[in-house]
Amino acid sequence: MLADALLLQLGYNAALVTIGAMLLGVAAGVAGTFLFLRKRALVSDAISHATLPGVGLAFVLMVAMGGDGRSLVGLLLGAALSAGIGLLCVQWLTTRTRLGEDAAIGAVLSVFFGFGIVILTIVQTLNAGRQAGLEGFLLGSTAGMLRSEAMLLAVSAALVLALVVLLRRPLTLAAFDPGYAEAAGWRLGRIDLAMMGIVLLVTVVGLKVVGLILIVALLIVPAVTARFWTERADHVVVLAGLLGGLSGYGGAALSAVAPALPTGPIVVLVSFGFFVVSLLLAPGRGVLASVLRYGRYQRRVHVRQGLLALAQGQPIYERLTHRLLRRAGYILPDGVATADGQAAAAKAQLDEARWAIVRGDLVFVSAATRYDGLTEIETVLTPDQITDVDARIMAPQAVT
Amino acid sequence: MGAEFVALSLPPILIGICVAVACALPGNFLVLRGQALIGDAISHVVLPGIVVAFLVTGVVAAGPMLAGAAIAAIVAVVAIEAIRRLGQIEAGAAMGVVFTAMFAGGVLLLEQSDTSSVHLDVEHALFGNLESLIWLDATGWASLFDVQALATLPVELPRMALALIVVAAFVWIFWRPLTLASFDEGFAQGVGLPTGAIGLGLVIVSAIAAVAAFDAVGSIIVIAMFICPPAAARMMTNRLTHQVAWSAGFATLAAVIGYVLAGYGPLWIGASASVSAAGMIATVSGLILAAAALCGPHRARNG
Repeated sequence: MLADALLLQLGYNAALVTIGAMLLGVAAGVAGTFLFLRKRALVSDAISHATLPGVGLAFVLMVAMGGDGRSLVGLLLGAALSAGIGLLCVQWLTTRTRLGEDAAIGAVLSVFFGFGIVILTIVQTLNAGRQAGLEGFLLGSTAGMLRSEAMLLAVSAALVLALVVLLRRPLTLAAFDPGYAEAAGWRLGRIDLAMMGIVLLVTVVGLKVVGLILIVALLIVPAVTARFWTERADHVVVLAGLLGGLSGYGGAALSAVAPALPTGPIVVLVSFGFFVVSLLLAPGRGVLASVLRYGRYQRRVHVRQGLLALAQGQPIYERLTHRLLRRAGYILPDGVATADGQAAAAKAQLDEARWAIVRGDLVFVSAATRYDGLTEIETVLTPDQITDVDARIMAPQAVT
Repeated sequence: MGAEFVALSLPPILIGICVAVACALPGNFLVLRGQALIGDAISHVVLPGIVVAFLVTGVVAAGPMLAGAAIAAIVAVVAIEAIRRLGQIEAGAAMGVVFTAMFAGGVLLLEQSDTSSVHLDVEHALFGNLESLIWLDATGWASLFDVQALATLPVELPRMALALIVVAAFVWIFWRPLTLASFDEGFAQGVGLPTGAIGLGLVIVSAIAAVAAFDAVGSIIVIAMFICPPAAARMMTNRLTHQVAWSAGFATLAAVIGYVLAGYGPLWIGASASVSAAGMIATVSGLILAAAALCGPHRARNG
């Protein structure tokens, strides 16, 4: 069943929804990266919660005009409108009053959402049978989507993605080097506006799939996940898009198998799964890599200190040091240095002596900053410089 | 009016006021410290905690739910901090990752498990059900002095009042260190205050307020009350004592007006049913904030 869903074998609608969710995921991942790098990730939370009153009012309006009230286009237009107003409120509160952006986000998020709930309770009393669709906007529901709705989702997700690709140059510039972008003649304010516009579109298109409470995850999580794998700007964007697409695809497919469950949490948890794997396993920033790096560092310190102790003829009591030196073949089980050990110890002591000269001489001031008790001096100074330092170690000193 | 009001409206209004003030008091400091969204995060992560507590114990009781919520809040704080440090990721984004994932997990757990027999569902968690907290045994104002009738008050009221007392006591006792640490963390550290512990204490007290309120009124009103009344109060004055007083006043106002509008507003315009009180209270608090942002005497940023 799951394999069928992943291979798009569960019917035309489900396939459309899955592909639409994938496109949406890619667009969200890429747009979210810019948002994340501009350090405005949580603004999207305010935008997404601010869609609720729009959805409710659009429904009420459409019913009042004699319609069915469930037209997805109308609901999404309402959502976009009220999300836009919410975004303007955040901007206005941040720039025109003394409130910080976090307070502005929280205020807009909670008030718009609260007002949306009020409208929803009104909708519920209008005519009990028809409101069923609106709760789906909270947590997403793709089960029983109409053909036209699935089509709308897939097409608009593709359009948003195209828009992101079209605007990638200025967005990248503004995200990574706002100062340079301004100097190069871009209007930072407009780029930010475009970025927020894209985020708004992603949110609105994603309402039916992920739901307004959790859509923020689709924007943030792929970007944060991608950041673990690479230090390069363009790679983060591509990787985030990829991860977002995979989350959307996998989540929607899983959800097609379990129609009773809301789609949004499934998509988010798939995305979070990628995040956890990255957190643990990513090279460089991952937990496993950090632990390994720490262990390697610890072993280097122990070996170095052990060798220095050997050079000075001191006994080694520390267990880890003892074990490491033995494993390296530097000492015998009773703590006596082998020939290898004596050579390495002498080398370590020479290194320290050279470092002492380097650190005591202003000529080497930049090299001296590299001293950490572990770095071999050959990696910092040229052979000529080392000869020079050695001459000073060996040089006879006048006795006064 | 009397008997019906005491039985149907007085308890929800009092609970609403307690919730509003209990959240607004620590909210003042959260807003000043630029941590306003902690309320948002807490109210999201409380859900999985409560669901797990229910699944483990099998009952919907205050004790286990409170414990579950507290554990979830601690897990969230640790996770946010770990992600922030390990990945060198901005706090807001780390928060976004953690609270959405935990909320998603909570929703799925809730939907998967059989909770149809008990009063626990996602919508209830979001909007709460303030209107249902009625006092059946009240017959009029005289019931307030009737011990037997008082015993049947909705349990949320004493619980919420207790939370309010705890929060108020915390703010009152730690007023000076809180103020110092919020305005000038460097100086507070310099004079030897444990700023880390103060920050953590503030988060814990906020979590207590949020968890206690969550059961009665849902999470959305909690977020609104953490932020809107303090933010509005911030526009009214430059003195912290005045700000806290204003915020408590605004919170009370929002709770009372919001409840009355939700309960009686639709009747005034001829509709039959009432609307969500929690949503209405949040809306009113937003209107108060809007008014303060438009005409508060200290709305502009100084310098």
